[in-house]
Amino acid sequence: MNHIAPGARAGIYHYDEIDRQFVAERVEQFRKQVDRRLSGELTEEEFKPIRLMNGLYLQLHAYMLRIAVPYGVMSATQLRKLSAIGRRYDRGYGHFTTRQNLQYNWIKLEDTPAILHELAEVDMHALQTSGNCVRNVTTDPFVGAAKDEVVDGRVYAEILRQWTTMHPEFTYLPRKFKIAISGAESDRAAVRIHDVGLLARRNDKGEPGFSFYVGGGLGRSPFVGKLVREWVAQEDFVAYLEAILRVYNQYGRRDNIYKARIKILVHELGLEKFTQEVEEEFARLRGPKYRLDPEIVEGVRQHFAPPPFEELPDHSEALERAKAADPAFANWLAVNVAEHKAPGYAIATISLKPAGGIPGDATCDQMDLVADLAERYSFGELRVTHVQNLVLAHVKKDDLYDLWKRLDAAELGSANAGLIGDIIACPGLDYCALANARSIPLAQAISARFADPLRQRTIGELGIKISGCINACGHHHVGAIGILGVDKKGTEYYQITVGGDPTLTTAIGDILGPAVTETEAVDAIEAIVDVYLANRSDESERFIDTLKRVGHAPFKERIYAAD
Amino acid sequence: MPLIENGRIGEDAWSFIPDGEPVPNDRPVIISFERWQAERDSFDGRNAKLGVRLKSGTLAGAIAADLDRFALVAVEFAKFRDGRGFSTARELRERYGYTGEIRAVGHVIPDQYLYLVRTGFSSVEAPEGTNPDSWANALTEVTIAFQPSLDDTAPLSLLRRKLKVG
Amino acid sequence: MSAKDRSKEGSMKAITANRLRDGEVVFLGEGGVWVESFAEAALFPRAEADGVLAPAKEKAEREQFAVDIYAFEVVEQDGVPVPATMRERIRTAGPTVRLDLGKQAA
Ligand code: HEM
Ligand code: SF4
Repeated sequence: MNHIAPGARAGIYHYDEIDRQFVAERVEQFRKQVDRRLSGELTEEEFKPIRLMNGLYLQLHAYMLRIAVPYGVMSATQLRKLSAIGRRYDRGYGHFTTRQNLQYNWIKLEDTPAILHELAEVDMHALQTSGNCVRNVTTDPFVGAAKDEVVDGRVYAEILRQWTTMHPEFTYLPRKFKIAISGAESDRAAVRIHDVGLLARRNDKGEPGFSFYVGGGLGRSPFVGKLVREWVAQEDFVAYLEAILRVYNQYGRRDNIYKARIKILVHELGLEKFTQEVEEEFARLRGPKYRLDPEIVEGVRQHFAPPPFEELPDHSEALERAKAADPAFANWLAVNVAEHKAPGYAIATISLKPAGGIPGDATCDQMDLVADLAERYSFGELRVTHVQNLVLAHVKKDDLYDLWKRLDAAELGSANAGLIGDIIACPGLDYCALANARSIPLAQAISARFADPLRQRTIGELGIKISGCINACGHHHVGAIGILGVDKKGTEYYQITVGGDPTLTTAIGDILGPAVTETEAVDAIEAIVDVYLANRSDESERFIDTLKRVGHAPFKERIYAAD
Repeated sequence: MPLIENGRIGEDAWSFIPDGEPVPNDRPVIISFERWQAERDSFDGRNAKLGVRLKSGTLAGAIAADLDRFALVAVEFAKFRDGRGFSTARELRERYGYTGEIRAVGHVIPDQYLYLVRTGFSSVEAPEGTNPDSWANALTEVTIAFQPSLDDTAPLSLLRRKLKVG
Repeated sequence: MSAKDRSKEGSMKAITANRLRDGEVVFLGEGGVWVESFAEAALFPRAEADGVLAPAKEKAEREQFAVDIYAFEVVEQDGVPVPATMRERIRTAGPTVRLDLGKQAA
């Protein structure tokens, strides 16, 4: 295989020969499986779980291929390969998802082995991005850079990535299994809406350990993850997860796919009984075979050594000058740039949400540009966030203005991270075989309505999240404003919820009233915003805080008064 | 039905006796777990080998106390997608120390064979007309594993080792 | 869909699938041949569609030609047959948010 080395300084796990051999073998295995399907040896029923385990879905127009971006971090070299594949085998673009992965929408089954082969050249694959297995483990997109970080989530996400890869026991689970890890004070990984959510922290001796939240998830029956164990020591990290997975594999429901997620098992057994089963299983798994040795952790940690930061003063003259001279840049700086732990550096969010655009889509030209910028400004590394944006995590403050100008010229400079224009939308009926309604056009209409960056900033933090059906891929349940597409006798309608929260104070939004049409939905969002602005105590009171204080009544009244 | 063992089609010394039919005393037979529960006393003093077949919803714990009576446990897969059997085998081996034969029966596909071996299965009852090459390939096409399991090479670490064929 | 359209709903059906090797949306055309364009799809009176679907599905599956084979409703709008649901309209044309892609772009 024609291997292309990823940038040595990128904060990714760097493959060795064994990792490469594994991925190469899996590509060959899938090539044979595709042949066996095309020859009829495998039925569609038998092939489907196999193709899903290789990230391949059948969608409305073609196959869709979902590429794994482990914990959302990749190198510039890898992004360039994604762009090349998008040009050669797809239609010149890709879609970054809430799962911090990338999807192509126009893939041919017969091309897939060749695509996987190309991915393997840059140490990437599509394994376990779908199917009833443990999926790509996600973490904080600011990992390794955030000022409030306590534990580096990549280390443990990588350990889980390896341990769950082709796990012989847990590859035919009752349903998919999603794990998220956060190692910072603020949760940017939405841990409590995952099957297992891990909060990494340190005890008073400084040793790392984990709080395990189990049974979160959205979909038809949304649940917030429940605390199953407050402290699991590092050495028991894998064993405890194994215990959870074994209990789930044995007792999780298999009679009804809507009841098959672990959240339903936890709910039906009750937290106490579930915990007891897990603890019993765990007690037997504490032998040396399942202990996570500190040497293994250290070995993995070395892959994520901090890049060679320069010694810089925290204050940047160049930045201050640019800020004073260019108000549009000053706005982007205030909205899209976060504090870095190294002095003189900052974390920059690249918005994939231009006003009126398709959330999460990036053209291959844009991918190439971001790869160049990552190389020039951020040690050849970038991240994908679960709100469908990209992040350059280690940018010198001195370079921020140059970076922004280049981004802005490519329609990547929107100043809306966390604001009302930063909408999450699933593919919806434009692409998805399961959808009830389209999501993207509504996202486009809302972001166009609120295009003015200053108006967005006045409104402040307000996440809108849209799903095209109850599977909730767009996280609508945890949107401050959530929108769910429904089908009423062949017409697309949208149900609005308010008060959802994906952070540690996780909350599922409440339905505001009857579903409305697309046009009405855009007006309703604007009405909600107006009511909020009229009612907030001051500019620092966020939408969800005002909502908590004044309740739903004023919002309902305004939207449904005319009925 | 063809029996797959060590990647090849093997001889099957066992036969399954459906509930209600007389159980021969002179050769190895497999009976259902339900029959075992109902008629266990009738097997006292039996010399020929006995095996038991567990439905996919019957977990290892149900048979744990009686394991010394069986030279074979057959674990049923109702559908190949129903992966409970992988945990059943693993529990039989690791939690209950079972050393007899564990056989996968029901709907399994060659693409699962490596997983079966690694969770402690010794043999697989494959459907009539199965392609033997697919079973043989399944054990050799991937030579890396990232976690300890029940096949017989010593783990390099919790995370990674080569399978013995590599 | 307007009420006027709905009154005609269900008058006809077409049969569709995704081609196995590349996922392309295909329709059953005249003489049992699969075609890529909805304009060339055969239309069947509602009552007859299931009778056509079963053997076509069996054959396409046996030959590893297509997957997800089913019949969908077609209505007439301004004298032209169009799929009754938004879902099928999008499958026959392409994403509404990217008019440069899919069958509509050809
Ligand atoms: C386009 C093809 C897709 C299909 C067929 C699909 C299917 C599904 C289904 C069936 C569920 C519900 C699972 C359950 O509750 O058991 C689900 C959940 C989810 N999907 Fe998708 N999805 C697709 C695309 C996406 C995309 C593009 C994203 C990211 C933008 C995504 C992210 C998620 C997330 C985050 C959930 C989590 C909700 C949960 O944990 O229950 N999916 N998906
Ligand atoms: S929420 Fe529904 S419509 Fe949206 S991507 Fe998921 S399955 Fe498709």
